[in-house]
Amino acid sequence: MRLSSGARYGARVIEARNLTKDYGDKRAVDDLSFTVQPGIVTGFLGPNGSGKSTTMRLALGLDRPTSGTITVNGKPYAQHGAPLHEAGALLEARSVHTGRSAYNHLLALAQTHGIPRRRVDELIEMVGLKEVARKRVGQFSLGMGQRLGIASALLGDPQTLLLDEPVNGLDPEGIHWIRNLLRSLAAEGRTVFVSSHLMSEMSLTADHLIVIGRGRLIADLSVDEFVRRSSKKLVRVRTPQAAQLRALLSGPDVGVTGEGNVLEVSGLSGEQIGEMAAAHRIVLHELTPQQASLEDAFMELTREDVEFQAGLPEPEPERAVA
Amino acid sequence: MSVSALTPVGRLRVTQPRVVLSEWTKLRSLRSTLWSLFIAMVLGIGLACLFGAVTSSHWGGMSPHERANRHPLDIALAGVNIAQLAIGVLGVLIITGEYSTGMIRATMSAVPKRLPVLWAKAGVFGAVTFVLMLPTVLIAFFASQAIVSHIEPLKTSLSSPGVLRAVIGGALYLTVLGVFCLALGAIVRNTAGGIALFAGIFFVIPPLMNILPSSWNNAVSPYLPDAAGRDIFSLTTGAHDLSHWAGFALFCGYAAAAVAVAAVLLRRRDV
Repeated sequence: MRLSSGARYGARVIEARNLTKDYGDKRAVDDLSFTVQPGIVTGFLGPNGSGKSTTMRLALGLDRPTSGTITVNGKPYAQHGAPLHEAGALLEARSVHTGRSAYNHLLALAQTHGIPRRRVDELIEMVGLKEVARKRVGQFSLGMGQRLGIASALLGDPQTLLLDEPVNGLDPEGIHWIRNLLRSLAAEGRTVFVSSHLMSEMSLTADHLIVIGRGRLIADLSVDEFVRRSSKKLVRVRTPQAAQLRALLSGPDVGVTGEGNVLEVSGLSGEQIGEMAAAHRIVLHELTPQQASLEDAFMELTREDVEFQAGLPEPEPERAVA
Repeated sequence: MSVSALTPVGRLRVTQPRVVLSEWTKLRSLRSTLWSLFIAMVLGIGLACLFGAVTSSHWGGMSPHERANRHPLDIALAGVNIAQLAIGVLGVLIITGEYSTGMIRATMSAVPKRLPVLWAKAGVFGAVTFVLMLPTVLIAFFASQAIVSHIEPLKTSLSSPGVLRAVIGGALYLTVLGVFCLALGAIVRNTAGGIALFAGIFFVIPPLMNILPSSWNNAVSPYLPDAAGRDIFSLTTGAHDLSHWAGFALFCGYAAAAVAVAAVLLRRRDV
C-alpha cells in the first residue's frame, strides 16, 4: 500500500460546510454540510437534479459557492500546488475536446503537473484504450469516453477521487471493472466519493452514503444503517382466512395491503402477527419478514424529501426483525 | 494492473512553463489548428503571387493613374488581409473550442488558478503565429518581387526606407490580431459570438465610419483597432493616421485591454 503524499497535508477528507450555490433564482445546493472519509467508498446519492454534479463542480473550484465552503484535503481545491495529485475527477458532462486523441488529451493534462509520459501510456493500457489511443475522442462510444475520464482522474495519483456517475454508458464488464477499481482505491486508503442516482449501484460498491434531495442533506450514514432506518418493515402473510386476519390486525399504526390470501403488513413484527393469529385460531401458510431493497428505501426517502428538511425521518420504534 | 503499480508521479507541481508546454501540446494536436495555420500561410504567400501576376500581365494596358496606385508593398502584403481571417478565427476557436466540447472543465480542473491557462494560450498562440507568419510575409515579399520587379516602378528591396519595417509589421499585425481574437473568444466563450465580434470590429465597423461627417470620421477612424493595427505594415501613413509605431502601440493596447478583461472574467465567472 502506498499512500500519496497528500496525506502530509493533514485531513485527507472532502469537507463541505454550509455549502450553498445559487444559479440565478434557483438554489442548486442548499446549506450542505458533510465529510467524506478516506479508506471507504462513499456514495453520493440523490435523484437527478438534486445537486450532486453542482457539489462536485464546487469541490473542484469550477464553480464558486454562493456561501459556505468545500475543501479537499484541508484546503479549497484551487489552493493546492498540485491539484491533480490531491483530487482526480470524472465529471458527468464530457470534458474532452472531441478533435484530440485520447493520448494527447491525457498528455496535455499530465504536462501541467510534470507527470511522467510513461504513466500516461500505462493508464491508457490499464483502462483498456490502447488500441484507440491515437483515435480522435469524437469517435469514442460513451463507455470509451468514461474509461478515458477514469484515466484522467487517476493521472496525478490522487489521494481523493470524485466520480460523477462513473458507470454511465459502461457495459456489464466495464461496470464490474469500475466497482473493483473503486474498492481497491479505497482499500489503498484513498478517499472515494462516487455519485449515482441508482441506489442499486451504490448498494454494491458503497460503504457509506450521503443522500441529498433538492440540494439539501437528507441522510449521512452507513449503507447498513440507511436500510435499517429508512426502510419500512413489511411482513408477508399468506392465509386462507385473509379477511378475518385483516380485520384483526387493523389499527392506527398498522398498514395492511394485499389481495386474495396474501397480505403485506407494516407496523407489526412477524412474532406479533403469529401470536395474534394463534390466539384467534387463524391458520397461517406463510409468515415472512421482508427486507425492503435499498432501491425501495431510496425511493421512500427521496419521495418524502420533496419538501423535506434536512435530517432523517424519525426511525420507527425498534422492533425485532424476525 | 493496480493503480499503485503504475509509474510513480514524483514531485508534482503546476508551474507556468508546464502549462505552456501543455497548451503547446493542445495546439499541435488538433487538426483544425494545423489546417488553419497552413491555410493562413498558403493564402499569405499565394495572394501576393496572384496579385503580382495579375499586375504584371496587365501593366501594359494600365492607365498612368492606375499605375500610380500600385505599390509593390501592397502587392507583397495583399495576403495579410486574407491570412488575418484564418488567424482571427483560429484565435477565437482556441478558447471557444474548449467551451463547446467541455474540455475547459478538464483544463480548469488541472489548473484551477485559471490565469496561467490564459497566459499560456495567448503566449503559445502568439509565438506560433509570429514564427509562421514571419517567413510567410518574407516569402510573399520575395516571391511577389520576383514576379513584378521587371517593372521598374514596382521594384523595391528590404533596404528601401520603411520596407523591412512594413514587411515584418505584417507578421506583427497578425500576431497581435491573433491574441486579440483569443481574448475576444475568452470573453464571449462561444464560437459564433467570438467570430461575430471579430468580424464586427475588423470588417463591419470600419466601413460604417464613412457614414459619419468626414471631420468626425477623420477624428475617430484612425483610432479604431483595424486602422491602428494597419499602420505598422503600411509604407506611408495618411494625414489623419497615427504614425506607424504609435498605431501599432495602440493596437497592442487594444489587445492587452481585451486580454485583461478576459482575465478578470475568467477569474470571476463559473467555468
